[in-house]
Amino acid sequence: MILVIDYNVGNVKSVCNALAHIGCETELSSEPERIKEADGIILPGVAAFGYAMSQLGPIARLIKEAVVAGKVLLGICVGHQLLFEQSCEHGQHEGLGLIGGNVRPIPSGLRVPHMGWNLVKFPAEMKLFEGLGDKEFFYFAHSYYAKPDDSRVQVAYTDYGFRLPATVQKGNIYGVQFHPEKSGEAGLNVLRNFERICRKAG
Amino acid sequence: MLTKRVIPCLDVKDNRVVKGVSFVNLRDAGDPVELGAQYSRAGADELVFLDITATIRSRKTIVELVERVAENVFIPFTVGGGIRTAGEVDLLLRSGAEKVSVNTAAVQNPRLITKAAERFGNQCVVLAIDARRCEKDESRWQVCIKSGSEPTDLDAVEWAARAEKLGAGEILLTSMDADGTKAGYDVELTAAVADAVNIPVIASGGAGSLDSMVHVLKEGKADAVLAASIFHYGEYTIKDVKDYLAENHIPVRR
Repeated sequence: MILVIDYNVGNVKSVCNALAHIGCETELSSEPERIKEADGIILPGVAAFGYAMSQLGPIARLIKEAVVAGKVLLGICVGHQLLFEQSCEHGQHEGLGLIGGNVRPIPSGLRVPHMGWNLVKFPAEMKLFEGLGDKEFFYFAHSYYAKPDDSRVQVAYTDYGFRLPATVQKGNIYGVQFHPEKSGEAGLNVLRNFERICRKAG
Repeated sequence: MLTKRVIPCLDVKDNRVVKGVSFVNLRDAGDPVELGAQYSRAGADELVFLDITATIRSRKTIVELVERVAENVFIPFTVGGGIRTAGEVDLLLRSGAEKVSVNTAAVQNPRLITKAAERFGNQCVVLAIDARRCEKDESRWQVCIKSGSEPTDLDAVEWAARAEKLGAGEILLTSMDADGTKAGYDVELTAAVADAVNIPVIASGGAGSLDSMVHVLKEGKADAVLAASIFHYGEYTIKDVKDYLAENHIPVRR
């Protein structure tokens, strides 16, 4: 079972819809028992960083403990940004600190939000993109981005006038800045891969 | 490189798409969900659903529609038409829309943009502007509200810039002079707005030829093109449009 963390932010429903569509057994909850039971966790999120962190509240610690103990986690959009140490979106905010690095605004001079479909090139070894070839388009909608500073992290980039980190993996921790739940068939394939990774781990 | 988006627009009334649709192999050409799914398969980058009745009674059906689309279509979509309060925006986002567009109510109460953006972020608030060239000063465009029936004193370029400051994440810009003419998008208007803001601009109104799409994306500096009848009546497919744009060195998702 994949647990989608329910914490009062946008896109939770879209993520659940996409998982239901691919036939994945899914639950929407933030109960400690369910976090323990899950084969994998998805942390969605369309919100400001500080707001999302405050809505997570005590669940943050539970997720962190589960992930440190080996539970597979996928962060999407702001959920991906929350994996990092801190963000400067509307003030300084602490994140989950599972991956070294911080969240910063897209450089000035570019249109913000970075909104639409952009091409992500995958290094061969990234498991989330198995079977998708070496590159694929995904849908982005964000004004801030996470810059990893952690030697144990694999990163795949997209080009938005600079090398924008689009997705990260550090062991059992996965993050995607784009929206797999809204990226058509390519996005559904990413979620299928995530389900496979969870099943193997669970 | 970020690709330029091609966006079919579906006008919806009582849960049915009202403009003609000429897809083959469609069981029900009036069902917004089936049509949305068909456009998604055909390579559309996004969808816009406009509730053209926009009465209180229709609000309930549009929420149901958003829920059904979100369960079946896995590309982003915007819903608009008669949305008046931040509570309505909230409800539609919760029901599964990526973005909500506001028009008349934002002119009457600009705070609506800010209130709507605060909750789920700027990227989900689209300001729709219906603009037409001023009769007295042809170098300017005035904003019209209530489906374009009522002109205001607002300058379209200034309003777009102000809306960005208020929290809008995107501008859906319709040229009323061009709309329905198929004579091409208003490149001058689109460029004026795109230069005045730092958020994406969707060009709308006047889609006729493939060349007009190239022009508004190049000279008009638009980030996306929206069209209704050329797609619904099957004059061009999404693929035709994207192939042509790519031939003209415009980055598209194919």
